[in-house]
Amino acid sequence: MPQSIPEPEFDELYRELILDHYRNPRHSEPLADADVVAEGYNPLCGDEVELRIDFKNGSVSDLSFGGRGCSISRASGSIMTDLVIGKPVADVRKLSELFNKMMTDPEAEVPEELGDLEALQGVAKFPVRVKCATLAWHTLEDGLKQRDEGGHAVRHEE
Amino acid sequence: MTIDTKRIREDFPILKREVHGKPLVYLDNAATTQKPQVVIDALVEYYSSYNANIHRGIHALAEEATGKYEATRQKVADFIGAPDASNIVFTRNTTESINLVAQAWGRKFLSAGDEIVLSTMEHHSNLVPWQILAKEKGLTLRFIDIDDDGQLVAADIERYIGEKTKLVAITHMSNVLGTINPVREIADRAHQHGALVLLDGAQSVPHLPVDVQELDCDFLAFSAHKMLGPTGVGVLYARKELLEEMDPFMSGGEMIRRVELEESTWNDVPWKFEAGTPNIGDVCAFSASLDYLSDLGMENVRAHEIELVQEAVRRLQNVPGITIYGPESAASKGGVVAFNIEDIHPHDLGTVLDRHGVAIRAGHHCAQPLMKRLDVVATGRASFYVYNEPTEFDALIEGIEAAARLFRAPVHTGA
Ligand SMILES: Cc1ncc(COP(=O)(O)O)c(C=O)c1O
Repeated sequence: MPQSIPEPEFDELYRELILDHYRNPRHSEPLADADVVAEGYNPLCGDEVELRIDFKNGSVSDLSFGGRGCSISRASGSIMTDLVIGKPVADVRKLSELFNKMMTDPEAEVPEELGDLEALQGVAKFPVRVKCATLAWHTLEDGLKQRDEGGHAVRHEE
Repeated sequence: MTIDTKRIREDFPILKREVHGKPLVYLDNAATTQKPQVVIDALVEYYSSYNANIHRGIHALAEEATGKYEATRQKVADFIGAPDASNIVFTRNTTESINLVAQAWGRKFLSAGDEIVLSTMEHHSNLVPWQILAKEKGLTLRFIDIDDDGQLVAADIERYIGEKTKLVAITHMSNVLGTINPVREIADRAHQHGALVLLDGAQSVPHLPVDVQELDCDFLAFSAHKMLGPTGVGVLYARKELLEEMDPFMSGGEMIRRVELEESTWNDVPWKFEAGTPNIGDVCAFSASLDYLSDLGMENVRAHEIELVQEAVRRLQNVPGITIYGPESAASKGGVVAFNIEDIHPHDLGTVLDRHGVAIRAGHHCAQPLMKRLDVVATGRASFYVYNEPTEFDALIEGIEAAARLFRAPVHTGA
């Protein structure tokens, strides 16, 4: 890390955990024959997200995350895959809700369930970057809705 | 080099400030430029010594303000080689100038089946107003594409400008690629087919010598804030006959001659297009920016930016994983360098550079179709002006190197 960057908010934005997920994204290999494919797009900054989701017995059994975007959007999606795989859909929805809440309040206590997502709390202090962090989650929500409605593919636009 | 940046920098108070503890390196001039003290003083002088509404009062202040406002109109005309001050309409910005033409000329004179020729490198300002008009009137939009060097494809110019073309609306200089387009040739071809030419001069007028009679354009739009002037002032140049036959854009006070309850008649041009109290203070201050640039000489400004672009490209070329967009030759390019660096998203780069005191632009630069054409989601962009000097690129390169250390996966060298 360059020593020339002392400001606290900057370190809060680019936490080591975020950089690690950005450099080495988890579950980035696209799932073949996924049950639902959800694409997300933010025309303002050009971020693109592709989620491929498999379901089994009411849970998210597997999930891949791909696309193009900045470190914040990539890290957010990568951490999401780690957290969500194996969880019942209802729990995933709850996580999404908690995450969105965290992104609107940089001072609030971070609930334990959010695990590594806590690393993204500093993003809430950079209003222009919040959408980078939430795109993957909004796309996931659309993917879950799509499953409920019996569809296969969905496209979300911020 | 006849531009003495050491002396020029003394004129710009903002260049003395620090950002995050580092000297400010301002490389976002295509978005807006900084203002010299003389412009700031002119603004203060207006409000502290001759503030009044224009064209109405019969008192001394109103006369002074009107005199200064109208003298600035003449100065603008001289700056771009317009035949007369009446060719110059003051607006809020380039965007409003283009909308004025779309509404006041396009709505009146265009009809279903007519074609407007644009290019894939247009700023949204010179695209969206035509999309709206096309929808309303049933017009067809044609797009001249760019080649791999970021230049307009000559075959497309020939193919699309033809019998059905009523208007060619094109940027003189791209705000992303920096490409300086062959607008005189385009104007010649358009006029052969009876079409008019609107130039988006938002980037060209601040950075190149521009003469509307030499370029033979029918409309030219630009913004004061991109040429050392205040925000809130734009210019529309148009040929006088066109202004006379166009409908008003907005209506109300100032733009009328006689008003009766049921009907009104319009003021002479250009006032017909300046409804309500205009931005008097900023127009008067704009006068000082025009003087400043004229004293430097636009030929010299251009020569200075060619040197800066050459040096910036020379330094940036050595950055591992960099792609630079736009013409390779600095002679075909204004003072703009757009680029991407592998593994580093432009927004992340912009955030890191900001910590080094370096202001660049990161994003789509209001040119989403161009981003799509280049197959990128966004780019970084460094853009220059009269006060920039090659030594400032040290901070730019340092910041880029810091970003690379931050965002690149460490190279695993095996055993
Ligand atoms: C080529 C070009 N056209 C139009 C504009 C719009 O200018 P303004 O925002 O001043 O209306 C800009 C600048 O943003 C530009 O670079």
